[in-house]
Amino acid sequence: MLNESKKPKNISLLESKKPLLIFKSRLIFFIRQYFIDKGFIEVFTPILIDAPAPEEYIEAPSCGKQFLRTSPELEMKQMLAAGYDKIFQIGSCFREGEKGRLHNPEFFMLEWYEVNSDYNDIMIFSFELLQYLSDKLKEDSKISSDFFASYAELKVKDAFAQFANITPEKALENSSFEEVLLDNIEPNLGNNHPLFLKDYPAKCAAFSKLKSNNECERWELYLKGIEIANAYTELIDPIVQRERFAEFIKTRDKTGYKKYPKAKDFLKAIDYGIPQSAGCALGIDRLIMFFTGEEQIKKVLY
Amino acid sequence: MFSASDLRKGLKIEVDGAPWVITDFDFCKPGKGTALYRCKMKNMIHGNTMDRTYRPTEKIGKPDLSEQEVHYSYQEGEHYIFSDSETYEEVRISEKELGKNKYFLIDDALCHLLIYNNKPIEITLPTFIEKEIVATEPGARGDTATNVVKPATIDSGYEINVPIFINIGDVIKIDTRTRAYVERIKKA
Repeated sequence: MLNESKKPKNISLLESKKPLLIFKSRLIFFIRQYFIDKGFIEVFTPILIDAPAPEEYIEAPSCGKQFLRTSPELEMKQMLAAGYDKIFQIGSCFREGEKGRLHNPEFFMLEWYEVNSDYNDIMIFSFELLQYLSDKLKEDSKISSDFFASYAELKVKDAFAQFANITPEKALENSSFEEVLLDNIEPNLGNNHPLFLKDYPAKCAAFSKLKSNNECERWELYLKGIEIANAYTELIDPIVQRERFAEFIKTRDKTGYKKYPKAKDFLKAIDYGIPQSAGCALGIDRLIMFFTGEEQIKKVLY
Repeated sequence: MFSASDLRKGLKIEVDGAPWVITDFDFCKPGKGTALYRCKMKNMIHGNTMDRTYRPTEKIGKPDLSEQEVHYSYQEGEHYIFSDSETYEEVRISEKELGKNKYFLIDDALCHLLIYNNKPIEITLPTFIEKEIVATEPGARGDTATNVVKPATIDSGYEINVPIFINIGDVIKIDTRTRAYVERIKKA
């Protein structure tokens, strides 16, 4: 027999989250449907991995002698090299120590790659995906469909000129890039329509392809001031990739981050040849926050 | 020392030689860049607030804080004398440091002191104490409503709002956290 007066807190909490968790289930259902309709296949790369990508500011939790993935990027790129040309994956990713209003050490990510595509193609694809989701979920969404009537693009350098009194290069030089982005720029992005902040300085290229003008082919999608997704025209040059890894490892060592084993299998794949492609990673929990109007990521998690 | 990754709401840290408690915290990480640990904090001595942002490699001071259990003994001029409940060692706290708490001290009451660098910076009194009313206007006869209040003075001289039915000589219970009337304990 259920005893209402003895209901444990965790059970009450789960009860109160039911509408949100149902929303999540439907959202993921429609994401799958969209990708499959577009000819993608869903892939399932390992969650427990030997060698995470040595990203400058992301730390993978250790798990025995292995690590929990921070993203499925290196494994999915090996699949691109093996001829899987339109792939998507939905699953948990992990980032040590990241806990805040918009961060949780375990979160749910949608990541996809398409060959013969660049960051502009994937921008339109992402926008259309959002339009589709907004339409399918309109009955339970707090966002009006007008929001997705159009989208805006803004170059990082123009955003700095418009909202801050500093150039991105200067901000990187005096280590204020992140603070300016957080305080002066992000609150202005995507308040009426989705906004793609694009063409980051080369120093922020991560795994994206450089342009000729010291910028890179990378964008981040903002919905109502919150960063939802990150995309690149993927870097496929094995020499530049090795140089980036070496640089990132230097930064990691300075911060005192873990030393990872070398990502050998990924490097073999890029040496063999990863076709020209674009990829995007999208935070599903934050997308749920956006559609449901929740202010804290923990409200939309289990 | 604390690392930036130790920061969280409620953590007590030392900044510029003073103890602070973090009242609001967020982890931010814009644009795949370095993490920013944003803190709002309150000075534990003066109560003023400030915002600070830390980066992953920063170290943050750990304040030398401890707790001491004491009993209130007596008043000596502008000082109030307490004794450690284990060692009976004397602790002197000035009238100014005690602030309004001085009105709610009861002989032999068990209090908790928060000590920073060997100096008491905060005192916690017993949550509930009993005090006698020494002055108040008489209430209307038979009026037992508790939502109508009037001022009354307790034996230490502090003025407090009480229900209209409270009279001189009554003993009342007071919550020392809010310094508010709770209930009548004894009728005069």
